Amino acid sequence: MATLDAKIPAGPIKDKWTNHKNKINVVNPANKRLIDVIVVGTGLAGGSAAASLAEMGYNVKAFCFQDSPRRAHSIAAQGGINAAKNYQNDGDSVYRLFYDTVKGGDYRAREANVYRLAEVSANIIDQCVAQGVPFARDYGGLLDNRSFGGVLVSRTFYAKGQTGQQLLLGAYSAMNRQIGKGKIKMYNRHEMLELVKVEGKARGIIARNLVTGEIERHSAHAVVIASGGYGNVFFLSTNAMGSNVTAAWRIHKKGAYFANPCYTQIHPTCIPRSGDYQSKLTLMSESLRNDGRIWVPKHMKDVEAIRNGSRKPTDLTEDERDYYLERRYPAFGNLVPRDVASRAAKERCDAGFGVNETGEAVYLDFASAIQRYGKEKATVLGEQNPSAQRVLELGEKVVEDKYGNLFQMYEKITDDNPYKTPMKIYPAVHYTMGGIWVDYNLMTTIPGCYAAGEANFSDHGANRLGASALMQGLADGYFVLPYTIGDYLADDIRTGEISTDTPEFEEAEKEVISRLEAFINNKGSKSVDHFHKRLGKVMWDKVGMARNEQGLKEAIEEIRQIREEFHKDVFVPGSMYELNPELEKAARVEDFLELGELFAYDALMRTESCGGHFREESAETDGPQKGEAKRDDENFAYVAAWEWTGDPGKATLHKEELTFNDIELKQRSYK
Amino acid sequence: MKLTLKIWRQKDRNDKGGIETYPIDNVSEHMSFLEMMDVLNEQLVSEGKEPVAFDHDCREGICGMCSMQINGEAHGPDRGVTTCQLHMRKFKDGDTIYIEPFRAKGFPIIKDLVVDRSAFDRIQHAGGFVSVNTSGNTQDANAIPIPKTDADNAFDAATCIGCGACVASCKNASAMLFVSAKVSQFALLPQGKVEAKRRVLNMVEQMDKEGFGNCTNTGACEVECPKGISLENIARMNREYLKASIFSE
Repeated sequence: MATLDAKIPAGPIKDKWTNHKNKINVVNPANKRLIDVIVVGTGLAGGSAAASLAEMGYNVKAFCFQDSPRRAHSIAAQGGINAAKNYQNDGDSVYRLFYDTVKGGDYRAREANVYRLAEVSANIIDQCVAQGVPFARDYGGLLDNRSFGGVLVSRTFYAKGQTGQQLLLGAYSAMNRQIGKGKIKMYNRHEMLELVKVEGKARGIIARNLVTGEIERHSAHAVVIASGGYGNVFFLSTNAMGSNVTAAWRIHKKGAYFANPCYTQIHPTCIPRSGDYQSKLTLMSESLRNDGRIWVPKHMKDVEAIRNGSRKPTDLTEDERDYYLERRYPAFGNLVPRDVASRAAKERCDAGFGVNETGEAVYLDFASAIQRYGKEKATVLGEQNPSAQRVLELGEKVVEDKYGNLFQMYEKITDDNPYKTPMKIYPAVHYTMGGIWVDYNLMTTIPGCYAAGEANFSDHGANRLGASALMQGLADGYFVLPYTIGDYLADDIRTGEISTDTPEFEEAEKEVISRLEAFINNKGSKSVDHFHKRLGKVMWDKVGMARNEQGLKEAIEEIRQIREEFHKDVFVPGSMYELNPELEKAARVEDFLELGELFAYDALMRTESCGGHFREESAETDGPQKGEAKRDDENFAYVAAWEWTGDPGKATLHKEELTFNDIELKQRSYK
Repeated sequence: MKLTLKIWRQKDRNDKGGIETYPIDNVSEHMSFLEMMDVLNEQLVSEGKEPVAFDHDCREGICGMCSMQINGEAHGPDRGVTTCQLHMRKFKDGDTIYIEPFRAKGFPIIKDLVVDRSAFDRIQHAGGFVSVNTSGNTQDANAIPIPKTDADNAFDAATCIGCGACVASCKNASAMLFVSAKVSQFALLPQGKVEAKRRVLNMVEQMDKEGFGNCTNTGACEVECPKGISLENIARMNREYLKASIFSE
């Protein structure tokens, strides 16, 4: 078995990427025309990769399951994108962004990758502006910034609460330019169901046309997986309904190692769940923590009064409120990283201070921000001694300009007006830091198969900082992969077109057909969602925000049980050769049921707490950090990369030791 | 809540299709419209019947995948929302709700409530971009200051989610609001000015080829648009188009 070589270039960290780019092989423009590349997924990573590769001259075939590449779930990212531009003159730098990201990831990311990410971050902003992405600007016409959790500078660029949408439309427009030229062949409403390997190399995929149900063979010299994360293994998450692990899981089963599956981000500010019928959870952007203050009542009697409706949150005086993040983490306050904020909310709610009927909600309050902005605005307008009403009016307008769409979304879902009463929020599954293991070149352990964006594991360690996902997706797609893939493809200039008329394609196609036929022919009695919900409940209860040995062992057993029942008793109506959403779901849930077990297994193995992975057995027991997560660098400063062996519970562990030469490993304190 | 749903069922593109009636019980007012559809589908599956096919993905009003003509209105009776953000509290116990696909020549029906909106993609292929390579070696992002009002107006136009409600709401099935939003975004920004003429001519030409109708200024599109895209964009596109036609290269 191949050893896990991350192929990190030698030399000082600040020169690695430049030197590497200068030394790797390139394919000459005439030869690029002879090479095909498949890109699966058209979010920020896949869309930008497809556009860049096509622009360089490769023939790109891009696939998405949505009806248009513009609908990939990157579109829903709200808050912003980080870049070390230092436009605010607050001392930001590439090193500081690098440092914050490694620290934010609780020292479980690969230094060299993160440095490169920080290095190219500034180019992303330049690129996007050149493409016509309408970022927020100030009255001087220059770009505006806001702050995000876990950092002490203002480096986040944004477009109201729709940054992901605007960036994705930028990448989509770059794709459109290439589609129009015929350099990208776009396959909408297609889902990759298998990877095809020829002589050990990734040479194509089997995809299903979701409209006709036809199974299609597509060949290429390299395959890029940019299919996003696997948060939907929890059933309820902030992911889109269609977000799935299938492409990633299929390459895993063909030999790509899956790294750190247990690293999940539970986002602290989501709208709490309301009932059993709930199909998804909605995020309220982290940017709201710039101005919103998080609290619960200090006294139990007020919690009860709020729950039975005899007091309103706005009735409580400052003294009666517990701004627990400001209390516990004075340095970072409401802007602590997501994992810390989520655990703090859980701690208060577990202690009984949750403010809704289910006891799973805390307040996110904008009253102070509205006051502050209202007074500022009155001063700017030259209004002396404005009335309280006037301050409120002006303040609400400022808040609306900043977060209008988020407030509207909240109001539509909950029927509460967040300008007048604090929002109720609770943590929810949002992002998965784990993913397909890749080397410095973003190549998986399968030659010619690459993974980019959320689908890979590389840059965020055990916890991702806010506004870093967009940065990573675009960095991978625009600036990293298009270069590094050339190094591999340089050996393929004489290969010629890859035929799909070979035993390898035939066999892969047969496997896919028999998998799908099994669903259609199964005489089961329960819907796909029935099983997905059960899996989600086990994952949330036992593999969620806090994990322990016993719970994880139970989870593994229960997931195996659900998987067995699923195969026996799932009912999929309709036929294979038509638009059949239930069949699509069945194939995805089958993969989630396997991934879920590996996920729990990985969490069981990692007995330390780090970032989003919190093991109850591993917490600080005394001192100023009491109750905080306790990392174990001596035994766990490695990436856990799992190799498929035919059973998710029997995967083989490969370790990539993490070395930190440029950052000292320290306890991660936000106090 | 107890409701009667009258839903358009159509096997595929060539099927004639028709309305079917489904009674549904136990609908909570806190459910979103699509969660209500999930409950119906779960019920149909448990009866061994085929569930109703409908497009949806993000369920937070931003991907533009969901559609549906509900009681004759694109995205239903609420304003400024997509179907996924519409909640059942907007309906009353005992209501009969008609659910149909978006209807337009440019949006052929694929199945039930699912329509083919790829015409929108093709219009964008014709010019919905700035021709700049993705090398990252462009000028510094702050090299050209852009007046805040221009940036804000460009952003407002760019918030279009491409759902097609404008087309479905228009008696002429015109796509002018959609196309003008994209044309406006770029026309308002210095980066987009260089190719402005070519862009507007090509995109309008493609729009006509796709079989969308003309604009007769009834304004239904603006009313039904979940993102509040303004009719001003259509006026701007018309100006751009006229300019480009007179002074083309």
